[in-house]
Amino acid sequence: MGTVISLEKFFLNPLARRVEELSGQDLLACYQCGECSAGCPAAFAMDLLPSQVIRLLQLGQVEEVLQSATIWFCVACQACYARCPKGVDLSRIMEALRELAMERSGEVLKHNQIPEKDLESFPQQAIIAGFRKYTL
Amino acid sequence: MKVSYFPGCTLNTKGKGFDRSVREALAALGVELEELPDWNCCGASFPLLVDNVLDLAGPARVLVAASAQGDKLATACTTCYNVLKRTNRVIRLDRDRRERLNYFIEADYQGQVEVMDVLQILRDEVGFEEVKAKVQKSLSGLKVACYYGCMVLRPPAEVAYDDPENPHALDELMASLGAEPVLWGGKVECCGNYLVAIKPELAMEMSYRIISSAYRAGAEVLVTNCPLCQFNLDRWQRDLVVKKGGFRPLPVLYFTQLLAIALGLDPTRYELEKHYVDPKPLLKAKGLLDQEVG
Repeated sequence: MGTVISLEKFFLNPLARRVEELSGQDLLACYQCGECSAGCPAAFAMDLLPSQVIRLLQLGQVEEVLQSATIWFCVACQACYARCPKGVDLSRIMEALRELAMERSGEVLKHNQIPEKDLESFPQQAIIAGFRKYTL
Repeated sequence: MKVSYFPGCTLNTKGKGFDRSVREALAALGVELEELPDWNCCGASFPLLVDNVLDLAGPARVLVAASAQGDKLATACTTCYNVLKRTNRVIRLDRDRRERLNYFIEADYQGQVEVMDVLQILRDEVGFEEVKAKVQKSLSGLKVACYYGCMVLRPPAEVAYDDPENPHALDELMASLGAEPVLWGGKVECCGNYLVAIKPELAMEMSYRIISSAYRAGAEVLVTNCPLCQFNLDRWQRDLVVKKGGFRPLPVLYFTQLLAIALGLDPTRYELEKHYVDPKPLLKAKGLLDQEVG
């Protein structure tokens, strides 16, 4: 028993190809064991689970993924990558998706968005990393 | 023993209690940390896109400075450790990116420096037995949840010096100081990291899970090795007490603050007053801090 999926839309979707190029990952390597979703510490807040993100990409449904909140909630803790039996680094795929989403719709973190009291209390690294990851 | 030291942006500012306790505890153990001259920020996150070579230039420049001073570079901030360690690995293994980086920062660096986390130095260079022999004030009776976070463990092949799923170096260190490390399940969970910049409520929820898990395991204090974990785990607790029924606060200390205290150093030097959940009542109750300290 298995699931047969058509890869036609994947092969013909230039965005799927860009995700692979930017991330350096083989999107078709994933066989949907679900380990990434099971261990993801941010999964409770995601509209698409990490394993669903990669499945949709395999099906060529990149647009759906680019619309999801999930790509912004991955902070590359790499629990998924450490446990993936196929060695897929999903955090790199998420970074590629953020890049594509921001190329299209603009940067997510604006320079004046963090309240002043937070700027005073947040550790420097949170602000630096935030601007690294949520701007182009 | 002299080792080059990279404090990084947060330890130079908000994390001074960490920085100072690291330097003074290691000095008490015979390790002199020699701060790199003219260092820059590591970037606070490792760039994950294959073509992002530019964001490796900052950490590469730090590594070049370290190579002029010795063969090892110590970091206390585990984010710096992660970024520098992985950048160094790229330089070692990837000829194309190595050449581009060297061209860009006008250097000829081959990745020869060994990047080491302070905990790793304590385990491998000093030795926990040696630490134990220098304890002046035992932490006996203190139940500690040792929290490792992400940065010294993942990706395992690139950065881990401990078991990535069940790390124990910090537990062993705390035990050598006389403390009682608790068995718990939150050791390697993520605190939310820089998510705090766009969605603080998510970082709050992630921290809630970690702190509650440590509390349920019987911990009286949680120790961490990362200034951003320290902030995330500490900062939201006063909100969580109001928002989540049954939540009980837990002080969050840097492991080096407890190390310094155990080595007989002056606890008032390590910014204990800057923590959101006040650790002083607990430390006083355990006889680790003078009652007079405000």
